[in-house]
Amino acid sequence: MTQVVLFNVFNGLIVGAFYALMALGLSLILNLSGVINFAHGGFLALGAYLAFTLIPFIGFWGALIVAPLLTAALGLVIERLLIRPLYGGDPLYGLLLTFGLAYIFEDATRFIWGAQSLPFQLPAFLTTSLSSQFFFVTGYRVFMIVIVVAAVGGLFAVLNYTRLGMRIRAGTRDLDTVSTLGVNVRVLRSLNFGIGIYMAGLAGVLAAGLLGLSPTIGANLIMPSFVAIIVGGLGSLLGTLLGGLMIGVASGLAAVYFPSATEAVIYVMMGLVLLIRPRGLLGEEGRVH
Amino acid sequence: MRPARHRARAFDAAVCLLLLFMPFWMGAIGGYTELATRIIVMGLAAMSLNFLLGFTGVLSFGHAAYFGLGAYGAAMAIKYLDAGTLPAIGLGVVVATFAAMAIGALIVRRRGVYFAMVTIAFGQVFYFLAFRWNAVTGGDDGLTGWHRLPINFGFATLDIFGNDKAFYYFALAVFAVSVAAMAKLIDSPFGRSLTAIRENERRARFLGVPVEFHIWLSFVISCLFVSVAGALYALLNNFTDPRALRFDLSGNLVIMAVLGGMRFFWGPLIGAAIFVALQDYVSSHTENWMSVIGLVFVLVVRFFPRGVLGMLRGGAKA
Repeated sequence: MTQVVLFNVFNGLIVGAFYALMALGLSLILNLSGVINFAHGGFLALGAYLAFTLIPFIGFWGALIVAPLLTAALGLVIERLLIRPLYGGDPLYGLLLTFGLAYIFEDATRFIWGAQSLPFQLPAFLTTSLSSQFFFVTGYRVFMIVIVVAAVGGLFAVLNYTRLGMRIRAGTRDLDTVSTLGVNVRVLRSLNFGIGIYMAGLAGVLAAGLLGLSPTIGANLIMPSFVAIIVGGLGSLLGTLLGGLMIGVASGLAAVYFPSATEAVIYVMMGLVLLIRPRGLLGEEGRVH
Repeated sequence: MRPARHRARAFDAAVCLLLLFMPFWMGAIGGYTELATRIIVMGLAAMSLNFLLGFTGVLSFGHAAYFGLGAYGAAMAIKYLDAGTLPAIGLGVVVATFAAMAIGALIVRRRGVYFAMVTIAFGQVFYFLAFRWNAVTGGDDGLTGWHRLPINFGFATLDIFGNDKAFYYFALAVFAVSVAAMAKLIDSPFGRSLTAIRENERRARFLGVPVEFHIWLSFVISCLFVSVAGALYALLNNFTDPRALRFDLSGNLVIMAVLGGMRFFWGPLIGAAIFVALQDYVSSHTENWMSVIGLVFVLVVRFFPRGVLGMLRGGAKA
């Protein structure tokens, strides 16, 4: 029994790490630009499929580096052409536009790569189990944790110790003042959007190795990411990270005790958080309504 | 002021006439009766959403949940309780309205983007419930093995099962009652307060409007009527499945409202007519209908943000 519980907690942590990776990107974009990027799951799927296509040419490691960068590049183009004109307007329109993009992404993925799920080739040493007693601790799972920790650590380092990161954080609080101080806000928003989409692409490559490829891979991950943001508290990236991990573990535990509530449990958690602490775990008082 | 009012009355009358004879002119332009029924059902759903979106200024992106609860409530009442058509609709509406009251209380203090995000997320609870609770809901395959029943008025029977035109007129009658009720509410002092909240929440609060309570009530009313549409939708298809609860339907309802013009009473109906007809046409001609629908979203946002009626009313200025 402890084996099963440990297995599911561990699994939950990994799934939670995904939610967190995705939710962090969403959160970055939402905090600075006020756009809920519904197409985030589409970008994730794109990253996964790009990696699939690239692996025969440049191998897994090459794909792990290149696919998220290509995804981010496409993200920058879309931001420039479609999303930029909506900044500062009614949030309704950003949500609708990215919602439409999500449709287009899913359909395009299906059109290009087919509707059936595809196998995703991992390097052999990553798929072996590391321990005979804890069979679930495969190399890939450990590897994923390392990558996610590195990515999240890198993001927080950029935000805290670089000029760009400082500007993003300042812009989240008061974009007008940042603009007045001579920062090019357009470029700032573009770069910020690019970083968010890069995280989605990276999550996509990792997700493909764990869950396999299917056109709906992104659509299945976007809702929990919203929940992660709400549970963690709007405006707090640390909260988003915590929220993602928590709902991951919660659904992992639910899988042991109430298998049919595996998905529903995270929404129950969200309801409880909204009831007891409406601003979320680490959300700042009065920052967002 | 006067001519404007006359024009509005004329427009109302034109819409009523078009709806009254839709099954007859629909065939002439290549449609069919079931499509006409679908248009008024989705039109009712979009107009109900717009009670909140357009007339209260609150963005809900999770109305599919209440649409689906209405659908499942009605379907299960017929399948398991042998309920008649009207009681079945009533049960669906009661279930959905109670859910809306509870969830509304949790989210009523959130605003803008945050409100949208919370409604999206909460919408998914019911999707997973329907998806997972196989024994009762039929799971992913949907709830089958039942169909709508003729309505017995005592003195006469309306065969809405065998005659699809009869079902159209039944749905139109329900539509008319619901829409008239919403029009009445929008025109009442309560409705004026909602508009005041939309235009300037802080000012409305200073004037003594209980903003949270009003938004909550508007949310519940909006969900109530959207669940009426959901119940009709289940009856129309003699079937319901988890897709009636999923978030894509929520998004589609919002785009219908925006496409037709969310600041206009009839806007969402016009948006629904365009959207449903387009979806019907495109999905029978290409496998890639999702891209077309996605493109509609993008085009509407970029070029017609005020919708069809907004364009007609205000010229080209966006």
